[in-house]
Amino acid sequence: MHMADALISPIVGGTMLAASTGVAAYSIKKVQKDLDEKKVPFMGVMGAFVFSAQMINFSIPATGSSGHLGGGMLLAIMLGPYAGFLTMASILLIQALFFGDGGLLAYGCNVWNLGVYTCFLAYPLFLWVTKKGFNSKRIFWGAMVSSLIALQLGAFSVVLETLFSGKTELPFGVFVLLMQPIHLAIGVVEGIVTAVIATFVWKARPEVLEQTANGEPIGSLSIKRILVVILVAAVLIGGSLSWFASENPDGLEWSMEKTAGSTELETEDEIHQALSRIQDKIAILPDYGFSSTNEGDTKPEGVLSNERIGTSISGIVGGFLTLILAIFIGFLIRFFKKKRRVSLKK
Amino acid sequence: MSKINNSLYNIRLLDDLAQKESVVHKLHPLIKLLTTLVYLIVVVSFEKYDISALLPLIFYPVLLFSISELPVIPILKRVLFAMPFIIGIGIWNPLFDTQIIIVAGIHIARGWLAFFSLVLKCIFTVTASILLIASTGMGPLSHALRMLKVPKIFILQLTLTYRYLSVLMEEVSKMMRAHSLRAPQQKGIHPAIWGCFCGQLILRTFDRAKRVYDAMSLRGFHGEYPAGNLVKPKVSDFVYFISWSVFFILIRIYNLSDLMGDLFIEVIK
Amino acid sequence: MSEFNIKVTNICFSYPDGYEAIKDLSFDIRHGESVGIIGANGAGKSTLLMILMGLMFPICGEITIDGVLITKNTLPKIRQSLGMVFQNPDDQLFLSTVYEDVAFGPRNYKLDEEEVCNRVCDALEMVGISHLKERASFKLSDGEKRLAAIASVLSMQPEALIMDEPTSTLDPKARRRIIQLLNSLHHTKIITSHDLDMILDTCERVIVIKEGRIAADGKTKDLLSDETLLDHCGLEMPLSFQKRRST
Repeated sequence: MHMADALISPIVGGTMLAASTGVAAYSIKKVQKDLDEKKVPFMGVMGAFVFSAQMINFSIPATGSSGHLGGGMLLAIMLGPYAGFLTMASILLIQALFFGDGGLLAYGCNVWNLGVYTCFLAYPLFLWVTKKGFNSKRIFWGAMVSSLIALQLGAFSVVLETLFSGKTELPFGVFVLLMQPIHLAIGVVEGIVTAVIATFVWKARPEVLEQTANGEPIGSLSIKRILVVILVAAVLIGGSLSWFASENPDGLEWSMEKTAGSTELETEDEIHQALSRIQDKIAILPDYGFSSTNEGDTKPEGVLSNERIGTSISGIVGGFLTLILAIFIGFLIRFFKKKRRVSLKK
Repeated sequence: MSKINNSLYNIRLLDDLAQKESVVHKLHPLIKLLTTLVYLIVVVSFEKYDISALLPLIFYPVLLFSISELPVIPILKRVLFAMPFIIGIGIWNPLFDTQIIIVAGIHIARGWLAFFSLVLKCIFTVTASILLIASTGMGPLSHALRMLKVPKIFILQLTLTYRYLSVLMEEVSKMMRAHSLRAPQQKGIHPAIWGCFCGQLILRTFDRAKRVYDAMSLRGFHGEYPAGNLVKPKVSDFVYFISWSVFFILIRIYNLSDLMGDLFIEVIK
Repeated sequence: MSEFNIKVTNICFSYPDGYEAIKDLSFDIRHGESVGIIGANGAGKSTLLMILMGLMFPICGEITIDGVLITKNTLPKIRQSLGMVFQNPDDQLFLSTVYEDVAFGPRNYKLDEEEVCNRVCDALEMVGISHLKERASFKLSDGEKRLAAIASVLSMQPEALIMDEPTSTLDPKARRRIIQLLNSLHHTKIITSHDLDMILDTCERVIVIKEGRIAADGKTKDLLSDETLLDHCGLEMPLSFQKRRST
């Protein structure tokens, strides 16, 4: 599931982008150092493969529905973690630009959710399951376990990123209960499809899987060390987020209240006070009641005053005016452009 | 089946659009990328319940549409495809945020405001991203990425993926057509042949990768991607960037809708 | 320069699975010659081209290009003098625009950007697609793709052109255009194809390969009118000859 721009706050987006860029920079270093140049075209074309394979409908028996491939695990199995991660990153960039799947601000989140977990946490699991050599059974369980874990972590990250961004009211528990089971089902399909493709490739071209598995320095890393790395990354991200949180007067409470969405109104105060002042200045008839009359006071619990949330009458009227004006200007420019072109032709 | 053809069509369309020669298309790609990023940051930085303050940001896509002469409907269609996830998550807002407020004399749950704000943000951000690629194209955008010091090896890889997207999607589309002709009742690919369907494709992909590598190495490729010189932005590019950024920031600070509304009401009075 | 030649002596090659694709092949190609290499599917044409380009190394025998033996060390130099055009232009045009693709070779040889630009423009001019310079490679027609692929090799200013099926999957007009282009280029040319009419139009000499061995090597007109030889090698006379005979 792709994180969308609209769901994240700039801070969350920026933090995740920084984290993903770090992983990407390290991966590029690894790819350049450890691997032959053959891998670059291989990565490029495999990226295109996964992109197209994502569009194949796999019918799921007895449900009448169909599933799709995500492809992160497959890339890691075919290319190894570093090259696989970079390939996933470029797929996600193209999706964000051309399809509006995810977005440029959420790019870091998506690369993290769909790339880091698959390539650096789930792939070692796959290697661990298949470390005694490949056979159909081991490939199946390796792909299944790693896909499930990668997708669960990815889904959980979506939940966390959305909550930290504070754009929805969904309580943490409900959100988790919503996301995790869906991704369990998606993960099963992903696992099976990845397993059957990997098995097919292993039977037809065993050297592809074996070289990747042996050639990867990560193969010699212990699962423990990888867990530690992920943990450290998580702590760093959590830390920077809570640093941001502590910048707020409410401190820790902020992250909790963000879920409930009430603290935000206070941070808004400054802007709105400034705004109200301007409104007052501009308003010739302040008694008309549309401009703010009760700026700065704390809100009553029951019914909120409108202007705090930017929906005063003037806001509504002005909003419509803005829309009309914008569209009018748009048409005007087109009109004049056309006219000019016609006159040029003459 | 239709999905893959849609995607193919979409990529071709956006690529065609990027070939146009409007003022916007001629701007430096890095400038367009940065302007888009500032816009996106400003859009998502608005608070959860902001709607009227957010609305004036519509000037950016509208002006871009009309100056760049890009078609509105195909691009907005693309934006619609991105909506379901946002709606799926946003629709919970009215359910959980039930505090009643009065808007224009109507009592509604505050969550609805958050919901509409979210939808608006989604429309704005997705439109801006698609407008960026439709007015720039993948080649110039890679140029911009290079100027941002993204390693060349990643850019080469990105370029290759983009280049072979349409080739492989066409291949998949042909295979699916062949499959559906012989399995007309089936909705998708039957589980029994998941492996060989994709497997065949992946083997062909390997062969292609090998040939592409051969073609590259025959022309002297050694793992270093030699891209051309970088073109620096012009003064007019900077003016474009700065004026939009100032506009966005002003919108962020002042609620233009409110101000206009006040003005309008006064004029009426 | 005038003595540029390609000398193939007693090469053989077998694939890792044991399949013997080339068995004891020898021939010489002189500067400026156009040589067609023909044979049925699986005769070993493509393998031969791969070996000529140094993408695979023969198990025995040797190849010298302009007096230089093909080894791993001499490859960069040799690849500068040999340009290969692939059968599928999609494999050869891998970058975003035609310009980028044609510039890829010269840039790899670290030429400065001005020289690269000159070479690209010259190459595009030569094949007559200067107007497609900024177009995306994947949106060209099949014929245009072929021309762009040829340009991407010409920009490296090779001595010899090696082409794998340059006219397959082309419509008649595009095919005619390629033939005209090939005749206008003064490079040494090695062309493999099943399009024997095209070979007849572009090559004065033909090497017929059967099961990895040379079945015949001689003047195009002589060999392509020899029905028993062609039939023996799984081929047929060019249509233009068949027509002449039937009328």
